[in-house]
Amino acid sequence: MQSRFSSAALAAGVTLILGFMVLGISFSVEGVVPTLEVSESHKIIGLLIGAGLVFLLQYFRAEVSKVTTKMKGDGQAHELPAFMRTEKQQRVLAFWAVGALLLFPFLSSRGAVDIATLTLIYVMLGLGLNVVVGLAGLLDLGYVGFYAVGAYSYALLNLYFDMSFWMALPIAGALAALFGYLLGFPVLRLRGDYLAIVTLGFGEIIRILLNNWTELTGGPNGIARIPKPTLFGLEFSRRPSEEGATTFHEFFGISYSSEYKVIFLYLMALLLVLLTIYVIRRLVRMPIGRAWEALREDDIACRSLGLNPTNIKLGAFTIGASFAGFAGSFFAARQGFISPESFTFIESAIILAIVVLGGMGSQLGVVLAACAMTILPEMAREFDEYRMLLFGLMMVLMMIWRPQGLLPMKRPHLELKRD
Amino acid sequence: MSDSIYYFIQQIANGLTIGSTYALIAIGYTMVYGIIGMINFAHGEVYMIGTYISFIVLAGLTMLGFDNVFIMVGLAMMVSIMIASAYGFTIEKVAYKPLRSSKRLIALISAIGMSIFLQNYIRLAQGSRDIAMPSLIQGGFLLGDPDGSHILISYMQVIIIVTTIICMAGLTLFISRSRMGRACRASAQDIGMTNLLGINSNNVIATTFIIGASLAAVAGTLLGMYYGVVNPYVGFIAGLKAFTAAVLGGIGSIPGAMLGGLLLGVSESLTAGYFTAEYKDVVAFSLLILILLFMPQGILGKPEVEKI
Repeated sequence: MQSRFSSAALAAGVTLILGFMVLGISFSVEGVVPTLEVSESHKIIGLLIGAGLVFLLQYFRAEVSKVTTKMKGDGQAHELPAFMRTEKQQRVLAFWAVGALLLFPFLSSRGAVDIATLTLIYVMLGLGLNVVVGLAGLLDLGYVGFYAVGAYSYALLNLYFDMSFWMALPIAGALAALFGYLLGFPVLRLRGDYLAIVTLGFGEIIRILLNNWTELTGGPNGIARIPKPTLFGLEFSRRPSEEGATTFHEFFGISYSSEYKVIFLYLMALLLVLLTIYVIRRLVRMPIGRAWEALREDDIACRSLGLNPTNIKLGAFTIGASFAGFAGSFFAARQGFISPESFTFIESAIILAIVVLGGMGSQLGVVLAACAMTILPEMAREFDEYRMLLFGLMMVLMMIWRPQGLLPMKRPHLELKRD
Repeated sequence: MSDSIYYFIQQIANGLTIGSTYALIAIGYTMVYGIIGMINFAHGEVYMIGTYISFIVLAGLTMLGFDNVFIMVGLAMMVSIMIASAYGFTIEKVAYKPLRSSKRLIALISAIGMSIFLQNYIRLAQGSRDIAMPSLIQGGFLLGDPDGSHILISYMQVIIIVTTIICMAGLTLFISRSRMGRACRASAQDIGMTNLLGINSNNVIATTFIIGASLAAVAGTLLGMYYGVVNPYVGFIAGLKAFTAAVLGGIGSIPGAMLGGLLLGVSESLTAGYFTAEYKDVVAFSLLILILLFMPQGILGKPEVEKI
């Protein structure tokens, strides 16, 4: 008991000392004289709470590790609840879920629909990255680079060639895929962690280029006034932007409301997400999808069975990148304004956190994680400051306690019955 | 003619200054990679924390009325080393030790999480704006004509280069002569075997993290005083650059990290001096990608043999 107490006290003491140098003292410069002062009380209280937590965690270490081993599970996938185990039940459930999502914008407020649209963009990004990280096992830290390529493709095509959203969407996806291919072609021979760093470097290069190539991209000022998508040429504005064009509300003879635009964007995002889910679901069952997972599990066994690892990885990389491209151009259309600020490494890290939290490879998990990661910070605005702090902490704790994610993927498999 | 030579030498000197700090940070990456084979993504944040601590100590000493610059800088560096190495040690215990037997990617994701956590922890504690520190050491050596073409090497640059040389010499001695250094080298070759031979690998790994963090704190103190500003985001780019340096020299090799740091610093400052300063980060990252593609073992590293 004695040693248990003293080791816990030691850990708490170290926390106090380490934290006090940074949290307890505020640094400021008045004129040219640097000054120090004791921080505001909430930081000190935070520090004390932190030290208390460390003490408790260390003191009840044995009990905590018992709980965490249970959390880890046996490495096996999570069993789905009874009402959604068979294919047929799942289909019925999916049908109801899609129906509810379709009705949602007509029943709720404009703000909620707007957040839901943002969530759907993250769902799409999460699903795309899930192909690369979860299925193929390639850690891509520059995913936001492809997202940026998609967003800027639409913005620039519109700016210089006056292209509409629907024309630009496939081009943006294709361009992002092309970037993925061009980057992947040389780098996919690298080992896992080198690949991660190289993709990180790539994402940063894209951002720096966008920031500095002022003549083309507007530099840090970004591109503004990106038009919203239209419905078969019908605009959602109060007045048509061009002479002679009709707007949505004029065409249907209803009074103008800005809500139509929000709802339309939401429905489009939903459509894109459903399409993404469908495509990836099919891909996973195709030979290439099976090859991705096989490669993730054992590279050498794959090669000895005659699969070409570079081609398979390239496929995953390109397909993942194209989803980021679609999501990017949709993001540009929704925001109406983009700048390199939106495409920093932190964004990549958030998407990665979504995949990690949801369970690598699991689509349902990723969808739920994306919802949680975007809706929770919106609900608790006062925690916005702490969002990234908690994301970082969550990534560490998830890797330690439950590396397979909250809802890991389960492959359909047959098992011999043993007596 | 002589004008351009002066300019060139000036760029080289600037490059060597920055490069030696990259080398100091790169040691942390290369030693950790050499022993446990993972990229310590949070290492850049340790460097950033080191800079903050040294600024805080310097400010505290100024307030107390110290005026001997060398005592101030020395004290700041010592406190910074102590706190930063404690951070390095804690990071290893919290985020990496439980994952030692899992896949590389799992450990890397945990390291990325740790890096984000530390960055935001400092942001919340000290604010996200730049903190400026008035420069303590001014002046320098002037070669050539003060009004025309000349080379200016500030005392700060000299201090950076000399301190780096001292640190590197000390590290080389430690690694080649001491008992712990031998254990480190043995663990880098085969950690399982050293364990069997009665060397506590936990201690070796902890020592590695402490050495890496201390050198990062030295770099943080020096570079912080050289630039005079710090913000919570400097660690990310500095870490990435230092990692590039480590890879360039051959990851796992300590002399390689030194060489890689200097090469990277010089090539960056030449780009900034002759082309454009905006793209100097692009040069560093492109260099990283090119090296990994064509020479993944680096300049002084040993090619990795894949064991089945």
